[in-house]
Amino acid sequence: MFGNFDFDVIARALPYLFREGMVFTLTLTALSALGGIVVGTLIALLRLSGFRLLSRIAALYVDLIRSLPLVLVIFWFYFLVPYIGQWLTGAARPIKVGAFASSLITFIMFEAAYYSEIMRAGIQSISRGQPAAAQALGLTYGQTMRYVVLPQAFRNMLPVLLTQTIVLFQDTSLVYVVSIPDFLGAASIVGQRDGRLVEMYLFAALVYFVISCVASFGVRQLQARIAIVR
Amino acid sequence: MIEINHVSKWYGPLFQALKDCTTSVARGEVVVVCGPSGSGKSTLIKCVNALEPFQQGKIIIDGISLTDPKTNLPKLRARVGMVFQHFELFPHLRIIDNLCLAQEKVLGRSHDEAAAKAMKLLERVGLTTHARKYPAELSGGQQQRVAIARALAMDPIAMLFDEPTSALDPEMISEVLDVMVDLAREGMTMMVVTHEMGFASKVAHRVIFMDQGEIVEDTPKADFFGKPRSDRAQKFLSKILSH
Amino acid sequence: MNYHWNWHIFFEPNPTGAGTYLDMLLSGLWLTIETSICAWVIALIFGSVVGVMRTLPSKAASWFGFAYVEFFRNMPLLVQIFLWFFVLPELLPHAWGLWLKQLPYAPFYTAAIGIGLFMSARVAEQVRASIGALPRGQKQAATALGLTTAQTYTYVLLPIAYRIILPPLTSEFLNTIKNTAVAITIGLLELTGEARSMQEFSFQVFEAFTAATVMYLLINIVVVTAMRIVERRVAIPGYIAGK
Repeated sequence: MFGNFDFDVIARALPYLFREGMVFTLTLTALSALGGIVVGTLIALLRLSGFRLLSRIAALYVDLIRSLPLVLVIFWFYFLVPYIGQWLTGAARPIKVGAFASSLITFIMFEAAYYSEIMRAGIQSISRGQPAAAQALGLTYGQTMRYVVLPQAFRNMLPVLLTQTIVLFQDTSLVYVVSIPDFLGAASIVGQRDGRLVEMYLFAALVYFVISCVASFGVRQLQARIAIVR
Repeated sequence: MIEINHVSKWYGPLFQALKDCTTSVARGEVVVVCGPSGSGKSTLIKCVNALEPFQQGKIIIDGISLTDPKTNLPKLRARVGMVFQHFELFPHLRIIDNLCLAQEKVLGRSHDEAAAKAMKLLERVGLTTHARKYPAELSGGQQQRVAIARALAMDPIAMLFDEPTSALDPEMISEVLDVMVDLAREGMTMMVVTHEMGFASKVAHRVIFMDQGEIVEDTPKADFFGKPRSDRAQKFLSKILSH
Repeated sequence: MNYHWNWHIFFEPNPTGAGTYLDMLLSGLWLTIETSICAWVIALIFGSVVGVMRTLPSKAASWFGFAYVEFFRNMPLLVQIFLWFFVLPELLPHAWGLWLKQLPYAPFYTAAIGIGLFMSARVAEQVRASIGALPRGQKQAATALGLTTAQTYTYVLLPIAYRIILPPLTSEFLNTIKNTAVAITIGLLELTGEARSMQEFSFQVFEAFTAATVMYLLINIVVVTAMRIVERRVAIPGYIAGK
């Protein structure tokens, strides 16, 4: 079955696959996670805030994004971002947005909906006595969140946030639908060029598998350590 | 009826839960097993129904060895009734269906036959009006009576009770004990893990005292309450009888 | 914004000559529903079997379950779809591979099976967790009544476990529906695919995606409402899940 399996084609493609494809995938994952957690936390704070209208809008956004397939959201932003850019800059035509910027915005906005649900659960898991104690000490609402509630929520939710980030890492492969060469896209390009799709896809699968396995093993270790500390 | 010969059990390589336990329960005999928590009494009674595996020794029920690979364990278990500390009724089944399930699936009785039997036993424990309810709609004492009826529905040759009253609120204990006393007086073979010394003195023939996985004392009831031979049993008795 | 909105586009004939653009989207919607249901059936069956295996005392069974879940969980869905669609036919004996490649509706079968197996790993985790969370005594009680392991799972453990995981299963079903959009990459013209081709032919990007978005929202509402009704129908009176 692997009789005519061509390992050489993989070896030759390695520099391209990793220096271009994997760098794109990992950078996109890291920046989207960072941006997604920041935006997600803001959304969570809005949802839990006393402003009825803002919290309704935040909830609506989260529910909307979470009901849609990521592929559709990628298309939405891919076509929408140039128009938004035009509107923001006052340009005469929809502006050109690079592949990386476009997918980064997409993933930040998409993942923010999921991260916000995690952060909301984290904030709600902090006992009510904590903010009360902080405010009794004279801290403002902002200070209470910044120094007391959010650090605890973040620490408690760290394993869940990281697990979601592994999902994000796998999800970035979907930029394939708008022909952006991430790791899988790069493998696909080489495979199609050399007529070696079998080798390239199997290799890509193996790489994703190993990275995800190692990462989820790490999260499990972390979870065990956090559980002991508590 | 039940013979326990030199049974030892380990959890992992280090902790020995049962140490060379030997005793027996004759037909129609009522044996109460007591001892401090962690003494291995629950483990021993679960071994009798092969719910817990043991590494050494033999348990023989009505002439059939539990450890014999040819033994059909489900069939054997069906002949020995068991009542648990936390009742363990099946929460998704109505009371009547809790009583019918094993009759139909294990004994192969028809639904009508099983239901008739179930109703007879519910009448016996005074719960016919609750037949169509779900377990969570009953009080703890009622649930435990249902659990006893469920075990009796299998026409068991012996009954095992694993601390049947220790999860109950005090005011419900007697309704369960009454059912058990009746059973004992009818001549049912019973092995009962309990701290209810009133029950023991009323119907038990023998009392077994366990501590740290060992059977420390195994004597007729009168001797046990009269003057336990071991210090450990004396201490235990003085603790639970002092209130 | 100098985008030219044209909401009448839905009623204009589509380039295939068969009906309007709206018909195109509706056929995509229908295919999305069909694919998700097939995938979900596969996910439920395989997920339940594997989830149960992980709770069995057999080391081999639980190890297999573990490996299965890790295998399907640690690769992007898109990569798995590509493996099924492009790689599998090449690895099979030539004749089989050829047959697979010429199979009509290959994208549909690939999507249903690929997404089904991908989701089955998540279902397995839910099933395993909920069985693991049931009180140990439930299994012992069923065993003590003489039920075999298979009967214990069929009549006692699984009926309770499924009720507990109904809400998470609902969201996994919604995930299954969303995941069918990934099949656009192997040419399945489900809802997102039809919206994409409408956009390519008509250049009315935002109308096409708005319509698809509304349809996904409608599916969500229908599924969530239906599952709420199911949850209420199968709820056990007085029973609080997981207690």
